[in-house]
Amino acid sequence: MTELFLTLFIPLIGSFALLFINKEQVKLIKYVAFGFSVIAFIVSLTLLLQFNSDNPNLQLTYEKVWIPSLDIGFRVGIDGMSLLLVLLTTFISPIAIFSSFDAIKKREKSYYSLLLLLQFAMTGVFISLDLFLFYIFWELILIPMYFIIGIWGGKDRIYATVKFFLFTMFGSLPMLVGVIWLGQFVGTHLAHVPNGFTTNYELIRQYSHFIPLDYQKWLFWAFALSFLIKVPVFPLHTWLPDAHTEAPTAGSVILAGVLLKMGTYGLIRFNLELFPQASFMYASLISWLAVFGIVYGALVAMVQSDVKRLVAYSSVSHLGFVVLGIFSMTVEGIQGAIIQMVNHGLSTGMLFLCVGVLYERRHTREIEEFGGIARIMPAFTVFFAIAMLASVGLPGLNGFVGEFLNLLGAFKSPFLGSIWYSVISATGVIFAAVYLLWMFRRVMFGTITNPANHGLKDINKREWATFLPIVLFIIWIGIYPSTFLQLSENSTKKLVNKLEKIKFGKERYELPVIPEISKPNNSNIENNQ
Amino acid sequence: MANELLKELALGFPIFFISATGILLIILDAITGKNKKINYIFAITILAITIVSAGWILLNQFYNEASNLASFPISMGMLAYNGYAYIFDVIFAVAALLTIIAAREYNQRAEFEYKEFYSLVVLATSGMMMIAHSADLLLMFIGIEFMSITFYVLAGYFRKRLTSVEAALKYFLLGAFASGFLLYGIALVYGATGTMTFQSISQKIIAQDYNNLYLILGITLVFIGLSFKIAAFPFHQWAPDVYDGAPTVISGFLSTAGKAAAIFAFILIGKNIMFVAIKTLDSSHITTLQNILAVLSAATMLIGNITAIAQNNVKRMLAYSSVAHAGYMLMGIVANTPDGWAGASFYAAVYMFMQIGSFAIVANLEGKDGEYLEFSHYSGLYKTRPLISAMMVVFLLSLAGIPPFAGFFGKYYIFKSAIDAGYLWLTIVGIISSLISVYFYLRLLIYIYFREATEFVLHTSEPRAAGFTLLISAALTVLLGIFPSYLIELLLYLR
Repeated sequence: MTELFLTLFIPLIGSFALLFINKEQVKLIKYVAFGFSVIAFIVSLTLLLQFNSDNPNLQLTYEKVWIPSLDIGFRVGIDGMSLLLVLLTTFISPIAIFSSFDAIKKREKSYYSLLLLLQFAMTGVFISLDLFLFYIFWELILIPMYFIIGIWGGKDRIYATVKFFLFTMFGSLPMLVGVIWLGQFVGTHLAHVPNGFTTNYELIRQYSHFIPLDYQKWLFWAFALSFLIKVPVFPLHTWLPDAHTEAPTAGSVILAGVLLKMGTYGLIRFNLELFPQASFMYASLISWLAVFGIVYGALVAMVQSDVKRLVAYSSVSHLGFVVLGIFSMTVEGIQGAIIQMVNHGLSTGMLFLCVGVLYERRHTREIEEFGGIARIMPAFTVFFAIAMLASVGLPGLNGFVGEFLNLLGAFKSPFLGSIWYSVISATGVIFAAVYLLWMFRRVMFGTITNPANHGLKDINKREWATFLPIVLFIIWIGIYPSTFLQLSENSTKKLVNKLEKIKFGKERYELPVIPEISKPNNSNIENNQ
Repeated sequence: MANELLKELALGFPIFFISATGILLIILDAITGKNKKINYIFAITILAITIVSAGWILLNQFYNEASNLASFPISMGMLAYNGYAYIFDVIFAVAALLTIIAAREYNQRAEFEYKEFYSLVVLATSGMMMIAHSADLLLMFIGIEFMSITFYVLAGYFRKRLTSVEAALKYFLLGAFASGFLLYGIALVYGATGTMTFQSISQKIIAQDYNNLYLILGITLVFIGLSFKIAAFPFHQWAPDVYDGAPTVISGFLSTAGKAAAIFAFILIGKNIMFVAIKTLDSSHITTLQNILAVLSAATMLIGNITAIAQNNVKRMLAYSSVAHAGYMLMGIVANTPDGWAGASFYAAVYMFMQIGSFAIVANLEGKDGEYLEFSHYSGLYKTRPLISAMMVVFLLSLAGIPPFAGFFGKYYIFKSAIDAGYLWLTIVGIISSLISVYFYLRLLIYIYFREATEFVLHTSEPRAAGFTLLISAALTVLLGIFPSYLIELLLYLR
């Protein structure tokens, strides 16, 4: 629990600490920021020691009532899925900070301070077990991201950042109504809490399947809208290419690596858990949107002339697999979705880093401008190739595991009940190979046609250091994914059991019986049951 | 008797003190000659003592003593001494204090510092506190009038500036008209129930001893009058012009404390008449009234925010958006529950900090004759004024309702109370209008942070004393956002 607190608050402390450093001492600022994020990563690793992966319940929970009259509390805790995503956050953040050492040349103090604030908010999203707290962190993401894109971004940064902000707000405000409505309904009619209002996630989850379907339908969309925008699912994806393209490299890395996962995380954590009946109802609709997004994203990526935009569209395609896996509502699908979230964070994050390397040297991202880079930057070629192949889904690298499980889940799903989802999505894998390999060939191979490319320097030590840890995990997940899959396996099984019990009346998986620790302030609720 | 006299004197100390010393301050104006600093210091001292004494009574719960008193020899039952009133005493006095502190250097820069300014602000505050303490419709009316008349003068304070005079005249003419509605409504309520005090009005309603038609008509007219005072649709047209024309620091004061006072009057009517009447057999009219108020609230939010989009002048943008914020507060009145009143009060309090703060920043950057108010003048402000820019971020994001700032929690609580009361559609309108407001608040941030300064050179110096206003406002905007429970629990407990 202390470790969870430290993981959450170290970046925040770092963010404030930076404000007290003189802005001329750029080097100190960089290393202090990097130091804080590395410490946060090391602390987050200790979570692994405390976490019991046999236990399907939420663990390391902590509760402190914040606003008593509304039963809003500072409630945090993790299960397998959130643990993986917290680790992803604490892993990607120092890399993002490290990668900006050369690229960011103005207002460094604000930049690193905002990056750490962003890390704080992202960690908060993944560990909060209170709807109000979750919403606060969810919105808090916007503020640093708004400035990161708006100040350090590319040419059309203002347009991109405003679009990003308004899209997200447009999605999250219905969620706010949903949170209030849900808290009021469950608090008054189901859980009978003292003031008739609660945002306690675990409490609401206990009563979730008693919510009448008529209400669930609305609540489902109130929550789903903001998550689907964040993922993004076709046709709500239009903010993404702009934001990705205009953001500075570290911004894109965090955006692709962690921010998009907040949407898919929310779909599992809130939509499946809290509105099961409505999820059955809309599973096929959202799955079709996901399938369409997979193909559409891939086709649009194929015709991009800007490398970064191409990678951005590939995100739309890849996250379609995740959404498909989630709404297959099978253990394979959801496990695949969770591992695919991590994979996408690693491989797409690395692709953005690679694009950043090119951009720093040539200040352009047009595919036409390059060609034959492999001859002069051999080390870079290797890393770029690994990231690209991982993204394509080559067996032996991480992307394959996730996509395979997603497709398998969708294939077997008793909820979707059709093989066409998998069949059509599988073409997305082929298209991914087409657009990524084609891009790679045009950028890296052939002869150097553009004289400006002569004399480009190969990656330096710092860039080596940013790439190596990512490559390690890409290969690790590709060869032995069980290390990661088993962390979230039991919590996923518990969720699927719950869903299948509601739909088919029986539970399929056996789980170790570990009782949830009852909370002292919920004693009146147990009496009501 | 003498004992009770003393006790009432102690209970009413904040309001008696500020009223008496406010008048003393006018006399002082005549004596002190050219030295304006004495009045400034004196006004600050008065307000500080008021805040401390009201806060003292509030924190030690001395207001409970009021129920032990058999008679009220001073006020004859016209003044109420409940905890709620003291909270608002503190809110009004803090607003006045922040305004006066920010005002001095602003007035000096405009080369227009007169001593009346300080006494007028203090007197306006005593008028507002009269509303907060009123146990009687008539006293409420007197408080509102007292406040309004000082506001008319304050709006026209820059009497050499045409816009300021125009603002004052417009405000005065329309305000007098609204006061007529208010008074006529009060007369009808009196006609319907035969009494003026809130307590006996509620008793008459519970006893079904009243004329329903006149009561409803009376409340409606009172609401029209009050809607004017908080600038709710369709009585909002005066607000942007007045806030735009008035001295900038005064705009901050008018649009926050003035609104809070009128909202308090709304709460008084809601608590003592509407909330009681809705429990009686013949409550359908009250529900109709609630629905009408809901429509007005929705229209206020939307119109305020939509018109604010088109503004290129920071002061006008804040003025228009101020209309919208009245709509949010009105939602709490529509809900007609203790939750709703607590939400509206909370929002009024936090709105005060963020709006006074942002107006103080605008005042600090304003030129001698009210120039440099365009958005473009704020380009690249972060470079020359990093601290002020950071504070502006806090105020604007809070106004837009983005967590973790206080404005977000205020909206959350109001939305919650509206949903509880069954006004889901109103909440959705509120949310849509919040989204609209995000656009224009962010637009100012774009100028401040993302654009580089063009030809504009800063003509003003760093804030001196006004820095105190900014610091307090920013700190409270953040703190009330992270720890709202202190204030909200207090409001709920005292309701």
